[in-house]
Amino acid sequence: MKKNQMIEKIIHGIFLILGLITVGCVLVITVYLIISGLPAIFEIGFADFIFGKEWASTASKPLYGILPFILTSVYGTIGAIIIGVPIGFMTAVYLSKMASPKVKSSMQSAVSLLAGIPSVVYGLVGMLVLVPGIRKLFHVPDGASLLAAILVLAVMILPSIIKMSITALDAVPKEYEDASLALGATPIETYFKVSVPAAKSGIAAAVVLGVGRAIGEAMAVMMVAGNVPNMPDSLFQSVRFLTTAVSSEMAYSSGLQQKALFSIALVLFIFIMLINASLNFFLKRERD
Amino acid sequence: MRKLTVMLILLSLVMSMLTGCGGKKETKTVTTDGSTSMEKVIGALGEVFQEETDIVFTFNPTGSGSGIKAVLEGRCDIGLSSRDLKEEEASSGLTATVLAYDGIAVIVNPENPVNDLDLETVGKIYKGEITNWAEVGGNDTEIVLIGREAGSGTRDGFESITDTEDVCSYRQELTSTGDVITTVAQNPGAVGYASVASVKDTVKALTIGGIEATEDSIKDGSYVVQRPFVLVTKSDQELSEEAQKFFDFVTSEEAHEMILAAGVVPAN
Repeated sequence: MKKNQMIEKIIHGIFLILGLITVGCVLVITVYLIISGLPAIFEIGFADFIFGKEWASTASKPLYGILPFILTSVYGTIGAIIIGVPIGFMTAVYLSKMASPKVKSSMQSAVSLLAGIPSVVYGLVGMLVLVPGIRKLFHVPDGASLLAAILVLAVMILPSIIKMSITALDAVPKEYEDASLALGATPIETYFKVSVPAAKSGIAAAVVLGVGRAIGEAMAVMMVAGNVPNMPDSLFQSVRFLTTAVSSEMAYSSGLQQKALFSIALVLFIFIMLINASLNFFLKRERD
Repeated sequence: MRKLTVMLILLSLVMSMLTGCGGKKETKTVTTDGSTSMEKVIGALGEVFQEETDIVFTFNPTGSGSGIKAVLEGRCDIGLSSRDLKEEEASSGLTATVLAYDGIAVIVNPENPVNDLDLETVGKIYKGEITNWAEVGGNDTEIVLIGREAGSGTRDGFESITDTEDVCSYRQELTSTGDVITTVAQNPGAVGYASVASVKDTVKALTIGGIEATEDSIKDGSYVVQRPFVLVTKSDQELSEEAQKFFDFVTSEEAHEMILAAGVVPAN
């Protein structure tokens, strides 16, 4: 009996340590980002940093304005959501409610496969197919643009949207749908007026998850967006995202430039925290 | 009971620390860190050096800035930089020794009829003063400027040579030589820059003022778009025995052929 208790305690201790490792990582990264990100913001000035329209980190008179990056990330994410959510949502409704089990399982594994493709592959295909395609289709001098990034991101967020939405739609009690059908509603009416509203917080969570994936993606957009720190005032403009601003300059950076890159990472981190908070909000509402 | 748990945890921690320290190797090493552009030449030299001397050679391709920082912080023996030291770097106690010269090729799409530009025109194109290929004898297409990211040694080299620092109006800023070549190969209106050594058949290197980028023209300075490959060491501190051996080896006559084979022109 005593021996068993001791083993219990030991195992309890081991699990606690393993759990603390995860929490510890989050804490260390958060603290590190805040410590290394804040000095540059103070040095540059909060308003100049967040609302500055020009980024020229290696110029003889360096400018560190990240408004172009913030707007690009916001526009890019909104664009990806506008294209990706309707496609993902409709796919989820089809797979959850209309597709035969065989179709459903094969399409679901295709969606999982899409989620498993590394982002560098998305980037490569975008660079070799999408970018020249946009150049020829729209007769612009170069295809690397905000539009190319939006299209790549739209495809990349599909799996998370589809999977989350299917889970939410599958969880709608069958009685709701049966009742609606029994009252004479057509299947389509039932899906859109009964099932979807019943699953709406789950679907909202799916959208937020997509936003999170889109705003945090670096590799694929770096390969198709052109990476010039322009204000995103046209779809065909070469632009730089918050993520790519950090990753493209980090390797060679020094001094205030490097500190400013940490500050960008901090801004991105805050964005992602907000998105996570809203995701938790939606998921909690669904549970209640 | 609780004490025992704590003891166990402490014990396991101590054990893990011990194993962490136990792995130290006895072999002699030379560590280098820096410019990705120098990977080809330093890798070839390091391989031969390792075979001849049994000293383990390592190269960490991080970038010129990082390499200089690494040698300053003592994290490597020799830093590799594909640009001259900046004033602040030189004054922090570092010595630069030129290993070789790397020509930077100005590349265009093979479909582009333009074959030659002078340095001034290249500068004007990158400054955005010339925006159409027709102005320099090409087709009537807009010029698409492809460049490297801020801080890149190639960009720094190119912009300082063409006198376009901070004023280039790039259409794309890419993070590797390979990306620049791929992008230029795909767009008939594109112009980019890359190390002469890395230029492939998929793009066309322009002659500058009628002079092709060759070994001789880079070495005698007549091909003007070129930059130094620099070995960075601490001024006030002697190299370790192994590192000194490596340093002597790469700056010796013996290394000439290998440096040439890597596509750059030896300085000594």
